[in-house]
Amino acid sequence: MSGNASIVRLSIIAAILLLAGLLVLFVLASAPLYFALTSVGLVLFLYVCYRIIAQLGGQRTVAAPRRSSLGDLVFMCIVVVIASAIPILSLIYFYELISGSLPTILAFGFSFVTTSVFDSINNVYGVYPELMGSLVTTAIALLIGVPVSIGVAVFLSEVSPGRIRPILSFLVEMLAAVPSVVYGIWGLFILAPFLTHDVYPNVEHYLGFIPIFSCPDTFKPCYFYTTDVMSAGIILSIMMIPIIAAISRDALQSVPDSQREAAYALGATKSEAVNMSVLSYARPGVIAAVFLGFARAYGETMAVTFLIGNATVFTASLFSPGYTLAAIIANQFTEATGPLNTSALIEAGLLLLAVSFAASFLGRLIIRKFVKSREASSLI
Amino acid sequence: MLESTSQVGAEAPRANSGAGQGVKLDVVDLTAWYGKKQAISNVSFPIVDNEVTAIIGPSGCGKSTLIRCLNRMHELIPGSKVEGKVLLDGSDIYNSNLNPADIRRRIGMVFQKPNPFPNMSIRDNVVAGLKLNGVRDKKKLDEVAQRCLRQVHLWDEVKDELKKSGASLSGGQQQRLCIARALAVDPEVMLMDEPCSALDPTATAKIEELIISLKRELHYTIAIVTHNMQQAARVADRTAFMYLGKLIEFDETVKIFENPREQLTERYVTGKFG
Repeated sequence: MSGNASIVRLSIIAAILLLAGLLVLFVLASAPLYFALTSVGLVLFLYVCYRIIAQLGGQRTVAAPRRSSLGDLVFMCIVVVIASAIPILSLIYFYELISGSLPTILAFGFSFVTTSVFDSINNVYGVYPELMGSLVTTAIALLIGVPVSIGVAVFLSEVSPGRIRPILSFLVEMLAAVPSVVYGIWGLFILAPFLTHDVYPNVEHYLGFIPIFSCPDTFKPCYFYTTDVMSAGIILSIMMIPIIAAISRDALQSVPDSQREAAYALGATKSEAVNMSVLSYARPGVIAAVFLGFARAYGETMAVTFLIGNATVFTASLFSPGYTLAAIIANQFTEATGPLNTSALIEAGLLLLAVSFAASFLGRLIIRKFVKSREASSLI
Repeated sequence: MLESTSQVGAEAPRANSGAGQGVKLDVVDLTAWYGKKQAISNVSFPIVDNEVTAIIGPSGCGKSTLIRCLNRMHELIPGSKVEGKVLLDGSDIYNSNLNPADIRRRIGMVFQKPNPFPNMSIRDNVVAGLKLNGVRDKKKLDEVAQRCLRQVHLWDEVKDELKKSGASLSGGQQQRLCIARALAVDPEVMLMDEPCSALDPTATAKIEELIISLKRELHYTIAIVTHNMQQAARVADRTAFMYLGKLIEFDETVKIFENPREQLTERYVTGKFG
């Protein structure tokens, strides 16, 4: 009994020494941020140790075997230390992005997101076209991808015969694992030529009066580039579908059968039952899936760089080349000359993170709204 | 030819059980499978109009399968199969020209576990079936919601919180809400699959009262599956006793409990096995 306790004490002392050593190392390396964060970790760790020692010495009120309660405490200690890595990492991340982009924030302020010139020779930077390009390609991807994904999920979960389901599920999961560079190269050599030769000219011919489908240039007859915002959006939607479909399918499959039966017993047909009970019940899960798909599309770099044309312009026509935040970072980071250029790219990264962060936050809020009523209930 | 002979055979024991009254739902030679496993075999008995019919038997005897065959819910399970007939007012619900959804509209069902739609308000839960039928008139829907909630004696408890989630109610209230939801589409027969097994005794008593009032005041025809013999004795006019997928005995409830013909029935109702 006391042997166990002394082992715990010894390991606690060893851990404290290790953390203290790290602190000294950071002081020597003059890394104040890491020093601060390690200190936070140390304080957390000391608190857990305090709890452990207090429990070891204190009286047990619950008649649990001592051995397992000791195991629990060690386990808790390990888990707390590991979990504290998450807030520490995100703090470091935000700190680095903000401090890195400080030069451009100070130099250009808000005009960084409203102007279109990205000029490393004259050191003038604005990412309006890139920001809009990221948002528009993601919007196209969501508009195409979400309905298709939900359709796939409904088929997998509710309609598909038992034998086809595992095969199709496997294919969906495999598509989700295809590297984005593969999507990019397929998009560039096969999808985009098809779209720009066979699809867009027709769309422009009939729907050209709508600005987003108008001719990308003033040439007559209209000339279509092989790379453009629309193609990038479409490849993103294809990349997004397996992710949203796979997660939505899980959400739909976790709907209890009693919900389906409730609808059927009222005389619902299959589609009515899916609509009134399954989709409605699984809505929080499906929304979470959509937001994951959003994050994938918004942050996607490789495939978009292949297909969007990398032109620092943003026009109303979706058939003209454009740029995204992720693509400009990937294309320029090796050639970044001087601190202001680097800073501009880091600020582009900060914008990416900020929008993603806002989106996940929004997603959480929406899901909370749906789950709230259910949590309050006592579905027996 | 073959069918008609088996029907004649099935009618023989019925002569002394459902005689005299109108038969609402006539089960004829019903056999059901899950995949290759036969769950019930050759079950025949009548469900008499404006009566409560209980189906009792030990776990796994096929009573839930049987009741699910009565509104074509059984066939929703992949690999399931049904043979035989279920005659609703004389016409077979398994007729291939009929849409099972229409059958289920005419024969409502309440389940073992209360299953309100958690994303719908109490009011919307009650009128969910009506909305399926295309009723959009808000006033009409409100009226029906109020009427049905009154019929299940839930109105006074929830009238101030109709907009709350259907899942915010207690278990017993949820089950009454589910009964109200089934009543709203005005079914001809109401099936109940162990409606009280997830409820506490107080809630159970309320549901039993409700079943009797549905029969007496609203003239519903009800079939109820229960593993609780006292419950069957309290609410049912006739009782079917099932064992290992077979209908052992069907008669007036009093006879089943006091003077059963079969020895197996007697041993079950006296608690010698179960």
